Amino acid sequence: MTTTDSKLETTGVSTSAGTGSRGSRILGITTIIAMGWLVAFGLGFSPEDRDQREAVRLLYVHVPTIWIAYLAFVVTAIGSAMYLFTKKKSLGWDRLAGASAEIGTIFVAVTLVVGALWGRLTWGVFWQWDARLTTTALLFVTYIGYLAVRQLGGTHEQRARRSAVIGLLAVLEIPLVHWSVRLWRSLHQEATVLGTDADVNMDGLMLFSLFVGVVAFTLLYVWLLMHRTRGMAMEDYLDDRGLDEALEARRAEGEPVARGDGAN
Amino acid sequence: MEDAGFIFGSYLLTFAAVGLVAWRYVRSGRRLARRVPDEEKYWL
Repeated sequence: MTTTDSKLETTGVSTSAGTGSRGSRILGITTIIAMGWLVAFGLGFSPEDRDQREAVRLLYVHVPTIWIAYLAFVVTAIGSAMYLFTKKKSLGWDRLAGASAEIGTIFVAVTLVVGALWGRLTWGVFWQWDARLTTTALLFVTYIGYLAVRQLGGTHEQRARRSAVIGLLAVLEIPLVHWSVRLWRSLHQEATVLGTDADVNMDGLMLFSLFVGVVAFTLLYVWLLMHRTRGMAMEDYLDDRGLDEALEARRAEGEPVARGDGAN
Repeated sequence: MEDAGFIFGSYLLTFAAVGLVAWRYVRSGRRLARRVPDEEKYWL
């Protein structure tokens, strides 16, 4: 709370419109262009698959979203580790971890829904208690739990400490999800690109379309992360200020009573 | 295109979901920014 004392004295004016900056605007426009490319390649230029036929077009959304979710959760773990193991204990690392987990959870949700639709097309069912599907659902539930823990009461430091521990443990699920198709017998196909062998058995245009999807969703992830961390920084500032103002008001209430007692 | 409903539906759903989240972040950012002085906004 000591840092907010100086903030209370600052009665600056707000002139900015929000969490945007020149960099985020450029990134936002680039993301929209990349998404346009994804639609063009994913739904147009990419050829149909020999086995999956047109359903292969779901690959360009399904695979990038889960890869970016993995990336987001790794960033959460890095932010968590930086908060726990550095001397400064900057809440900026905690906010980075929290924002990244939030975005990663949304991407896992998208993966699960698109995967269910793809499953209906190829397997004839929306859901199976298959190793890959179940571990992915478990990953989703774990990060819902992580986000719930962040909402528990206490100071920002308490929030940061307890969520950092969970952030570091939860990331261990990623290898389990990724290797589940090899560890157990699974309906889900094995990795085409990130497999154990370096060989990628995929048509060139399909691979390029997948690459466009990965780039588009990575840009989107960075853009969302920028806006969310900035939003969280403002939420924390207003939280601190609200608490300090409440304490000031409480002290002010107490003063006349104390003087009154002294007079009697 | 075979199974067009599922394929277009998946793309539409994906863009709707991420679009909704993006819109929510921007809107809440704008609402918060009105109450926070500029010197607290490190991105400016």
